[in-house]
Amino acid sequence: MAPFPLPLEGLIGKFGMYAVYLLIGIAFGAALEISGFAISTRLAAQFYFKDLTVLKVMFTAIVVGMVLIFGASALGWLDYNLIWVNPTYLWPGILGGFIMGIGFIIGGFCPGTSLVSLATLKVDGLFFALGSAFGIFLFGETVGWYEDFFNSSYYGRLTLMDVFNLPAGVVVVLVVLMALFMFWGAEQLERIFGGRDLSKEPLLRVAGAAALFLAAVAVMLIGEPTPAEKWTRIAPEKEAQLRNREVQIHPGELLDSLANDQLRVVMLDVRPQADYNLFHLRGARHVPLEQIRSIIPSLLLERTDNQVIVVMSNDEAAATEAWKILVAESVPNVYILEGGINHWLELFAAQDPQIVPTPTPALGLDYIRYQFPAALGDRFPAADPFAHEYEFEYTPKIKLELKRGPSGGGCG
Amino acid sequence: MSAVTQTKSNPKRSSLRAFFFERPTKPYVHPFLGGTLLGMVLFLAFLITGNGLGSSGGVNRIVVFIEDLIAPGHVDRTPYLLKMAGGSLNPLDDWIVFVTIGAVLGGFLSGWWNGRLKVETNKGPRITVRQRWALAFIGGAIMGYGARLARGCTSGQALSGGATLAAGSWAVMFAIFGGAYALAYFLRKVWN
Repeated sequence: MAPFPLPLEGLIGKFGMYAVYLLIGIAFGAALEISGFAISTRLAAQFYFKDLTVLKVMFTAIVVGMVLIFGASALGWLDYNLIWVNPTYLWPGILGGFIMGIGFIIGGFCPGTSLVSLATLKVDGLFFALGSAFGIFLFGETVGWYEDFFNSSYYGRLTLMDVFNLPAGVVVVLVVLMALFMFWGAEQLERIFGGRDLSKEPLLRVAGAAALFLAAVAVMLIGEPTPAEKWTRIAPEKEAQLRNREVQIHPGELLDSLANDQLRVVMLDVRPQADYNLFHLRGARHVPLEQIRSIIPSLLLERTDNQVIVVMSNDEAAATEAWKILVAESVPNVYILEGGINHWLELFAAQDPQIVPTPTPALGLDYIRYQFPAALGDRFPAADPFAHEYEFEYTPKIKLELKRGPSGGGCG
Repeated sequence: MSAVTQTKSNPKRSSLRAFFFERPTKPYVHPFLGGTLLGMVLFLAFLITGNGLGSSGGVNRIVVFIEDLIAPGHVDRTPYLLKMAGGSLNPLDDWIVFVTIGAVLGGFLSGWWNGRLKVETNKGPRITVRQRWALAFIGGAIMGYGARLARGCTSGQALSGGATLAAGSWAVMFAIFGGAYALAYFLRKVWN
């Protein structure tokens, strides 16, 4: 399996990468042009039910793209977790969309179609494109007045699967059915309002609809890769990393990384609540192992290139499980705290008379082997030691994986 | 009159004109075929790069680039612009700019190949050309503003977000259609 997304910049250089984007843009512009999207009257006719080309082209593109994307994901060709999925800012989106609709019916284009229109020398397309540049300029100048609203109702990487609590394949089939119903309705409207003779429409479109539906059903039946399947795909490589202890970082490296301004360290403490309450590192987020999946969307969306994630448990067993889950879901730069909290306390609580090793033999793996006077959480000195007071010999293992992930939406 | 004779007397120029403007005009493809091709382009974009398509983002960066040329200090003081063009950042150094330039090129090539390059203004029968231009500019400004507020236009939100099943993008898409249908009745004389 080829790496996804292709590390274009590494393969063909920055100019090569931008050349690929230019080619994609050319195909995009040509696809809009051959559909007649350079003609404003044709676009506006959509809203008088005479010619529903806009709806047909847009929804066909959406459902064809969707079936291909989720089909490729089901077959393991692309990684849905690594493609750009627009984050949801509900109310700014709805208001902005409504404003766009008003601009659409007044001006007769949307930004993409106006570019194609001006490229084919339509003067109204040029005026619309200049207008949209002006509107964009105006937005940049005024968004500061209501930044709070602009960033409100944020739901992160929210998908329709989350909203309806359905598997992706089922949503794909439902969206295809909805689109086919809309196409049928669009043709009826064109017949009634636009006087179109449907008997002259190519029969091939029915075959296309059937093929699309069958493809969607196939996507549903194959199903998106389960977490176990995702792990199996990468297991040989990742098991080796675990065995060779390439991802278990020494507590000293964690301490130094926390003190390093150039890194953004996210600590995830996957132990049970009681252990976390007894003692945890200052700044560590409590995410019990059973809930680790729930934070994956935010880890994927809010990641920065300098983000390092360190998972920790009492020893390493639970943290390793969490590591496997995160790595299988393509979260980059995840490490395990070597020896877990027990190892940490061995190094940093040695001088603390309050924290004493339990003399009884260990209960087993991944149990805390220290006793505390009270559940003080991160209020022990050992929860936040001074980096400059300690010097450890360790092999640094953190290597930032600067994978050029999806960097922003089409309008980012 | 003189212009006509000039083109006639200049065979090189008239052949250039023929090359660009006198190709046989072909009809548009069927909407379902156009949509299928567009969907495939969208899929390829995601498969190769992990990103979708877009256009208002590219225009945005070009606008910010010009702003940065004229008033760099102002850009550095405005947080929204700072992210794209603050200090030594070049706002054009971004993939979306190349998709946008490509879209213009692709539209031109396709229009040329299919004999559809033509200087004209498409409008409803009841308004003048100048009114159409004014409305196009005003509509464009409203659309551009809304596109940034919604963090994407019909391409970046409706198309790319729709195909990846982003919940917010579906809300944006329905809002676009809602806004246009809500106002369509009042503008019927502009278009019909």
